[in-house]
Amino acid sequence: MSKVAAIIERCQALYEDLDFKAVQEWKNAAPKRKVVGYMPVYVPREIAHAAGILSVGILGGGDQLEVIQGDAYYQSYICRIPRSTIELGLTGKLDGFDGMLFPSICDVIRNLSGMWQILFKDKYVRYFDVPQNYEDNIGGTYYVHELEILRDDLAKLAGVEITNEKINRSIEVFNENRRVIRELYAYRAAKPWQAPTTEIYLLQRAGMVLPVEEHTQLLRDYLAATEAEPRQMRDNARVVINGTFCEQPPLNLIKSIEMAGCYVVDDDFMLVTRWLLDDVPSDGDALDNLSKAFLHHSASTSAKYETKREEKGQFLLQQVTERRAEGVVFACPSFCDPALLERPMLQDVLSAHGVPHTAFKYAENTGQMAPIREQAGTFADSIKLWSAA
Amino acid sequence: MTTPATAAMPASSKKPQVQKEDAMWLQKELINRNYQELATAHERGKKISATFVPGNLNELLMCFDFARSLPETNQLQNGMRKKSGKFIMDAERDGQSEDVCTYVKSDLGMMLNGQVGPTGDPLPRPDLLLLSYTGCFTFMKWFELIRQKFGGETVMLHVPYQGDGKINPNMRDYVVKQLKETVIPALEKVSGVKFDIDRLRQYMRESAKAEEDLVAVLQSAKNRPSPIDGYFGGVYYIGPIFTAFRGTPDASKFYGMLRSEIEQRVRDGKGPITPDGEMTSERYRLVVEGPPNWTSFRDFWKMFYEDGAVVVTSTYAKVGGLYDFGFRHDPDRPLESLAEYCMGCYTNLNLPQRIDMICKYIEEYQADGLLINSIKSCNSFSAGQLLILREVEKRTGKPAAFIETDLVDPRYFSAANVKNRLESYFQMIEQKRAAQH
Repeated sequence: MSKVAAIIERCQALYEDLDFKAVQEWKNAAPKRKVVGYMPVYVPREIAHAAGILSVGILGGGDQLEVIQGDAYYQSYICRIPRSTIELGLTGKLDGFDGMLFPSICDVIRNLSGMWQILFKDKYVRYFDVPQNYEDNIGGTYYVHELEILRDDLAKLAGVEITNEKINRSIEVFNENRRVIRELYAYRAAKPWQAPTTEIYLLQRAGMVLPVEEHTQLLRDYLAATEAEPRQMRDNARVVINGTFCEQPPLNLIKSIEMAGCYVVDDDFMLVTRWLLDDVPSDGDALDNLSKAFLHHSASTSAKYETKREEKGQFLLQQVTERRAEGVVFACPSFCDPALLERPMLQDVLSAHGVPHTAFKYAENTGQMAPIREQAGTFADSIKLWSAA
Repeated sequence: MTTPATAAMPASSKKPQVQKEDAMWLQKELINRNYQELATAHERGKKISATFVPGNLNELLMCFDFARSLPETNQLQNGMRKKSGKFIMDAERDGQSEDVCTYVKSDLGMMLNGQVGPTGDPLPRPDLLLLSYTGCFTFMKWFELIRQKFGGETVMLHVPYQGDGKINPNMRDYVVKQLKETVIPALEKVSGVKFDIDRLRQYMRESAKAEEDLVAVLQSAKNRPSPIDGYFGGVYYIGPIFTAFRGTPDASKFYGMLRSEIEQRVRDGKGPITPDGEMTSERYRLVVEGPPNWTSFRDFWKMFYEDGAVVVTSTYAKVGGLYDFGFRHDPDRPLESLAEYCMGCYTNLNLPQRIDMICKYIEEYQADGLLINSIKSCNSFSAGQLLILREVEKRTGKPAAFIETDLVDPRYFSAANVKNRLESYFQMIEQKRAAQH
């Protein structure tokens, strides 16, 4: 087996492991270790890391989990990620977790935080609010206080003190991870045939369960290994995927887009790893630095208010320009308010700038890929035809 | 999110037969007058603001002489007047998903159709979109969408959610700081009027008076028979205070009059007024969670009162403020009080708080059970309601039931299904009673 195949096989095994065995093994490896889950889009993982806590991304149950109990908690018109997450909890797959963080992303995840408080009374549960005001002395002050609460809660959970120095050291560790991920994304944009998005996706998913240091090394190993194994370049259309920041598309959906003739050169998968766009200073007041990074140097997605009309769509346009994308594929989960309400605005901006786009919906358990493959294929063909003209 | 409720009864050919309390006629007059004021605002040199009902800052907006538009109430009015269905389909044709909030789509559709309001008066584009981000994610996208499509300025007031079931000082300070440093300067800039805190205090004093009377009205339903319906009737009662009238002498007059009427009904031992007259037999006392359906509002209500079911209280009547739990606008600490008001609205409460509140209602109002009207459009209300149902049943021992409708999309109101479920639920209550005797 090639080195790349071995790395991806490991990532695939982590991805398919709905019992979080790797997490449990990490926990069992030393006494008193703690694990906290978090949902999309963003939590400051540095603070958990500083407490020695493993933070684990919970992204629903995917297409391999049969949801039985979870469906009893949700109406048919609510997206799938909360019901499969409840299923994970009620079937004991998250028993090894000591807490869950529910970031501010939408009303469904927000309300899920309260449901978790009721259903899992022995666990630490926190709704993690983030500011929609980006002034340091207003939103920043509020956010630093929220970070202090989180720091104190996690310190209590872990039974350790979380000092400023510890957080700064963790910031350095995550800066390194962010740097390698930026490198990985730049590499894919430069040579998408060498780094297919099915592989990038699995590598990023591995980052949801592995300790960050291990994940950083895994990415380095992959970059070295794939560069050493030349693959065939194809005449594919270069596209950005948008809308997948919360409920995850099935892996087959990503494969289908690629097989239909698209190179995905940017995306919004697992934004937590790329939310902070630059290195966060690792000296001085750690929480203040995390706050400033959030307020002034973070990614844009629907969960975040944009203060001016002119800002709308600029982040996506920048992705298109910098990655030399030829089009955008909007892949949004059914019943996802953030993605579906944002989409028309982004489409308007793209149209105004002459960027082709197409759109479809999915659920994490979507099984029928033929229509998606056909649509993505037609889109790729049309891009190639327009390019030729 | 789904918010009330200037539910002035729409014009109809059956109008002479509709029964109303005197206060309801006054309410209708107020609502219609507000639409006329909005229609002529620009001619009169006034600026128009739009803002959402939960956490609305009506007293503050009045300090800057804004004419005040409430997008959710515009759309519920369009729903009651059977106009929303076309608007929603027009918005879907314009690119909106079938999955998202129908208030938003109805609003966008109304704007695409020439910006004529529900009463037929022009409804000019707002000069300022005050985005009070209280208890509903969709609000943020709603105003971003309007800004994107039709222009205009937005100002954001981010209201933190009560994830821990309480308001901490950091949350309050954050809202106050936004009011001082972001919202008020923006209101001054757009209106050209300088902020006067004493004017705000005066409006808040007026608000507190009306709030006191509103609570008396809502709590009158603890009597047997209940003199009011706290859901269908409730939306008329909350209309002025949740919208453009809180803080005005008109609102004080309305609530004073309403309270007198209701207190007289209590003394007379009378039941609620329904569109078909007084309800004389109270067979079931219900608590309802979730907003009403507006497109078939009267048919929906009829399914209750013709079977003798009265809604003694509802969570929906609290989306614009939890006055019955003691909150009053406080002129002595105006900005802090506005902050607490915003954070205390019903959909800004976490699930455990909502369950506690419903259980308390069932006990205090001696209700027979809980009915949840789950709204397709509204994740803020709907996500988690099935757990609410289970928990309330478990804690109170009272039967609960679940129906599904939508706010203003007529495609999602199935009268036969709703009626079947209601009849089954009433039977369930009867069986429960029989088992207890």
